Amino acid sequence: MAAVQPSAVRTLRPSAVPARRALGPVARDQRRTGILFVIVPMALFLVFSVIPMGFACYLSFTDFKFTRAPIWTGLENFSYLATDKVFRTALRNTALYALGVVPTGMVLSLFVALLLNQKIRGIVIFRTAYYLPVVTSTVASAVVWMWMFATDVGILNAGLEMVGLPPQRWLMDTRLALPSVMFMSVWKSLGYSMIIYLAALQGIPGHLYEAAEIDGASSWHKFWSITLPLLKATTFFIFVTSVISSFQVFGSVFVMTQGGPGYATTTIVHQIYLNAFKYLRMGYGAAEALVLFAIIFILSMINWFFLRSDVEYW
Amino acid sequence: MGLTANTRSLIDKAGLYRGGRLGKLSTRALLYVVLTASSILMIVPFVWMLSTSLKPDYQIFEFPPSWIPRELNWGNYVDAWQKARFSRYALNTAVYAVFSTLGQVTLCSMAGYSFARLRFPGQNALFVLVLATMMIPFQMLLIPLFVILKRWPLAGGNNIFGSGGTGLIDTLVGLTLPNTISAFGIFLIRQFSLTLPGELADAARMDGCSEATIFWRIMMPLMKPALTTLAIFAFQDSWNDFTWPLVITMTEKTRTLQLGLQTFQNQFFTEWGLLMAGTTITVFPLVVLFIIGQRYFVQGIALTGTKG
Repeated sequence: MAAVQPSAVRTLRPSAVPARRALGPVARDQRRTGILFVIVPMALFLVFSVIPMGFACYLSFTDFKFTRAPIWTGLENFSYLATDKVFRTALRNTALYALGVVPTGMVLSLFVALLLNQKIRGIVIFRTAYYLPVVTSTVASAVVWMWMFATDVGILNAGLEMVGLPPQRWLMDTRLALPSVMFMSVWKSLGYSMIIYLAALQGIPGHLYEAAEIDGASSWHKFWSITLPLLKATTFFIFVTSVISSFQVFGSVFVMTQGGPGYATTTIVHQIYLNAFKYLRMGYGAAEALVLFAIIFILSMINWFFLRSDVEYW
Repeated sequence: MGLTANTRSLIDKAGLYRGGRLGKLSTRALLYVVLTASSILMIVPFVWMLSTSLKPDYQIFEFPPSWIPRELNWGNYVDAWQKARFSRYALNTAVYAVFSTLGQVTLCSMAGYSFARLRFPGQNALFVLVLATMMIPFQMLLIPLFVILKRWPLAGGNNIFGSGGTGLIDTLVGLTLPNTISAFGIFLIRQFSLTLPGELADAARMDGCSEATIFWRIMMPLMKPALTTLAIFAFQDSWNDFTWPLVITMTEKTRTLQLGLQTFQNQFFTEWGLLMAGTTITVFPLVVLFIIGQRYFVQGIALTGTKG
């Protein structure tokens, strides 16, 4: 889900509503049509977003076993959260996941975007190759990668054997399971950041490079002193949105490892799912979800705040 | 190149100039080598998936593995379609994706347009509310949504107070309904609507057209690029959705392809040929859609990613 854009807020009032006056037929029609057009969407929002949001907050302060009414328990869920070793492991795994996936993905996607920003033939074919994993569902990707990671017949172990290295247990190895899932994620989301970088690169005016060329700047120098600074806003945007989506990782873990071996790959959302829908401790799951919301809210705020003052460069 | 600096900067402004150039032949060759190698690496999983799906069982577990099936064996596709009730899953997925898309295109275009181009009381407050919901991670809504749909009045054996039955749990309506609206969609259409020509609407008003007519007859056709982008995103998201169907569907009768793959994997753990055939079936429609609608996919990313 895309983060809130600052420009939306800036343009909130495209034209100020004139002071109260008798409404003409056009204004009356606008008012009627406007309300008619938003009433169904807003009702759906109320039922499927706003009320659930409030309900989730309420549930996080209750003991809710689903089969009977919620019992108010105050901060009990949260004090239990603070001592819950599994949740702490989930937090740590999720943070490690973000720490590994975000920088790797960003460097690789910028690199590919720089290559594709040259005048080259067959750009559509290359772009398609990098973008295909983005179009593919998480489950399908996870299933295919499980097959590649397979211990006895997987293609990765076949590759290792070819170069004379010992086979690995990948998803079944406590140390390798999380990195393996991370590896799949980098592959899957590379194309997305790449396209955003590519769009930003194509927006950089060419005369800046020409001026630098006249001054005799090397390509390396041009990259450091023109490209990278001008990509600052884009880089920041990709950084924050990737961290946010890393904190929501679930499908790949659920399919590839079920959170294991042991608790090696369990994540925040995985724990929310297990507690709420497997152990039916919905109040506790809601408390975990509230923690996730707090993290994502802070990240969104940082994004919003920095991007607001940081869009125009030239 | 024989261009004056002025001409060059005009070309820049028109956005025709595409980044830097690599002059020397050897650097260009290197560029192609690196690009080709890395894109081959990117599609290896797809090639491997296809290759496995077409292999007969005895060849699947050969070690070292071979890339090309010795004979093309379509049996895995037939089996996948029958054994795991893939036709049922495919139908459910299609219903979920099509109705989510229709809902989002209709509802978001109406709401987005009226936030941008019509004046009515409370519109700014409502729009801020819509923007605010974009910050809620969907995972947070899973539990309450489940409860709300379970307690949906007069559905699935529920009485008017929403108790007694299963409500909209494990129904295609329950699966689809919450996904027929999207804050992102409203936002996208609103931003696009701001760029629509106001003079056209004014002229139509002079001619006595109602606002609804202006929207339907004049503005909707002009919004086609934004609507297509939104439709593609909505379709892709619901086709690929995993978490929500996982929570809200319980039985074969409502399961989607993504869940089908999941159960498939547990039930037939060693039947990789079947599983890869199933995965190919699941991936195929979107790959085709992507190849047809490339422009809109990329445009959509650019819209969401940089400009907003």
